[in-house]
Amino acid sequence: MSFVYEKLMGGKQGMVGLIILSALILVVFPMFLDSFRLNLLGKYLTYAFAAVSLVLIWGYGGTLSLGQGIFFGLGGYAMAMFLKLEASSPENTAIQSTPGIPDFMDWNQITALPWFWEPFSSFSFTIIAILVVPTFFAFLIGSAMFKRRVGGVYFAIITQVISVILTVLIVGQQGFTGGINGITDLRTLNGWDITSDSAKNIFYYVNCVLLIGVIVLSRWVLTSKFGRLLLAIRDKEDRVRFSGYDVANFKIFIFCLAAMISAIGGAMFTLQVGFMSPSFVGIVPSIEMVIFAAVGGRMSLIGAVYGCLLINFGKTVFSESFPELWLFLMGGLFIAVVMFFPNGLAGLWQDYGHYVTDRFTAIKNKILNKSTPSNDSAKKTLPETELS
Amino acid sequence: MDGYTYSELGAILAMQGFAGISLFSVLLLMALGLAIIFGQMGVINMAHGEFMAVGAYTTYFLSYLTETYFPAFMPYYFIFAIVVAFIVAGILGYFAEFILIRHLYARPLDTLLATWGLSLIMQQSFRSMFGAREVSPTLPEWLMGAYQPTEMIDIPINGMFVLGLTAVVTLGVFYLMFKSSWGLRVRATTQNRVMSGAVGINTKKVDRYTFALGCGIAGIAGAAFTTIASTGPTTGSLYIVDTFMVVVFGGAASLFGTIASAFSIAQAQSIMEFFMSGSMAKVYTLFALVLILMFRPEGLFASKVRR
Repeated sequence: MSFVYEKLMGGKQGMVGLIILSALILVVFPMFLDSFRLNLLGKYLTYAFAAVSLVLIWGYGGTLSLGQGIFFGLGGYAMAMFLKLEASSPENTAIQSTPGIPDFMDWNQITALPWFWEPFSSFSFTIIAILVVPTFFAFLIGSAMFKRRVGGVYFAIITQVISVILTVLIVGQQGFTGGINGITDLRTLNGWDITSDSAKNIFYYVNCVLLIGVIVLSRWVLTSKFGRLLLAIRDKEDRVRFSGYDVANFKIFIFCLAAMISAIGGAMFTLQVGFMSPSFVGIVPSIEMVIFAAVGGRMSLIGAVYGCLLINFGKTVFSESFPELWLFLMGGLFIAVVMFFPNGLAGLWQDYGHYVTDRFTAIKNKILNKSTPSNDSAKKTLPETELS
Repeated sequence: MDGYTYSELGAILAMQGFAGISLFSVLLLMALGLAIIFGQMGVINMAHGEFMAVGAYTTYFLSYLTETYFPAFMPYYFIFAIVVAFIVAGILGYFAEFILIRHLYARPLDTLLATWGLSLIMQQSFRSMFGAREVSPTLPEWLMGAYQPTEMIDIPINGMFVLGLTAVVTLGVFYLMFKSSWGLRVRATTQNRVMSGAVGINTKKVDRYTFALGCGIAGIAGAAFTTIASTGPTTGSLYIVDTFMVVVFGGAASLFGTIASAFSIAQAQSIMEFFMSGSMAKVYTLFALVLILMFRPEGLFASKVRR
């Protein structure tokens, strides 16, 4: 029991944070939001997977990856390919010159299904592909870079270039990938209509549960000995190496884990939104994912989710009413987060949150008529490594 | 490659080669500025493309002013515009360093995020001031047209002009960085900031002028860019990744490496563009670069350092 409590939940503070988050996304939001808004929220929560993965690789690993969009996209495209194949059964596509292949292939004069599309007609293969393909891709990139001790700035730039390559490739190879429009018009999952409100609600809950599961998993990884080593690598890489650890393998592992988490987000995105396009793969989404994590707090798994929700909420509100202002605001946010709140929302909570918790304990004490003057544990500033 | 005779292939190579040279010039001008900012100072300036756009918009604005108020001055304004583009982008860079960058020297990855934010703000400013549509200045007559050494080969004059401009700027940067006492101070600050301060170099001032110089050169790149393509609010962001690749591929602190890598990237891309779609040419070029960088992470011409 103490294992579950300390390692998975992160002690008292982590437990409270996790319960509040779960209550918010599983109970409060579904109660007050209509179906459309809830679906929108679900879409934002899929980005939170990428933000959580960036907490792992960037906050704890110290390596900024500008390629989380790659893995988000790979996961999303794998799911979209399966759904598209199901949507383009020979009966549905009878008007095409080649029935049974996706419509955009037909428009591009492709007459047979390409080999790499074939296996995606199987659902179990697709699920495995969503998890394995991005992870393997991350393993390739990671082992090529970390083994050669490429890190920091260079890693960021190279991952960025890879995301550009993937975007250009997807846009350029219209016949195989659907081009700039992406893979659209996805209707059913194993015969079950995914466009209906009830399906969307179910996906929302599945998404939330998966997200919480991912947070618990990440917390377990970070509180283990591996997590300690990861922090040590971030702060003094050479010293860890001289202690006899193979630094590269640790980095590769966390990069692969981060890739897999992002890919789950991508797959859930496709299911909830009903399409996938290259605009969720390239530079801009990848950097936006970084800013979600930065605003939430690069050291806080739960903070990343709030950062993600806050920015996307702001984006929706502002781009609806003041589209001109949004980019100024977003740009200012980037600068402000870096210059004034390097630990994001979670950092603010750590610095000023005790005012709130003190008030609560004061009220509680008053009610219980206890005479303890103040709560010491709340005032204690937390060390950097503590999970919140 | 069948279907082409040898003479045709030669002409294609020559013409695509010259098309590549325009791309090379712009890439090199961008990369020179970035090599100073990134290679010497270690700042990841994601807004570098926007400083280029500042130069391009300055040129457009001057062309508009000249055309409206001093039509007689049209043939000469372009030279003037290059200088103004340098000054405007340089001054903006000076203030960006003063307000933003100088607080972040200890955290290079954070400069990436902050300058990305700066680039978003600049893009939206362009959109508010000049509109979302692409603009291009009216070029003077002498920049138009083409030079034809043989019947099959057309060499555009603007390409040659930009190439000449690039050569001048490159020589200027070389002189400034490696021959002048100012360049000595810049390099000293890069190598050992504390020691440089101890021997009496005002390192903060050096930083500010170095960043301003880098941005100013991006402004010149923008002025040159207007001769080969039109400028929109997001033009800068299209070139930023390529520019970073040029600098990283060349070896961040090497001027010669920057020239060599700009040349090879631009030529590879534009020659391949003739035989396949532009997007595939870009994919192959970038992919080859990533592969090479995996085997030689320090770039082509790295200074020898122990790690």
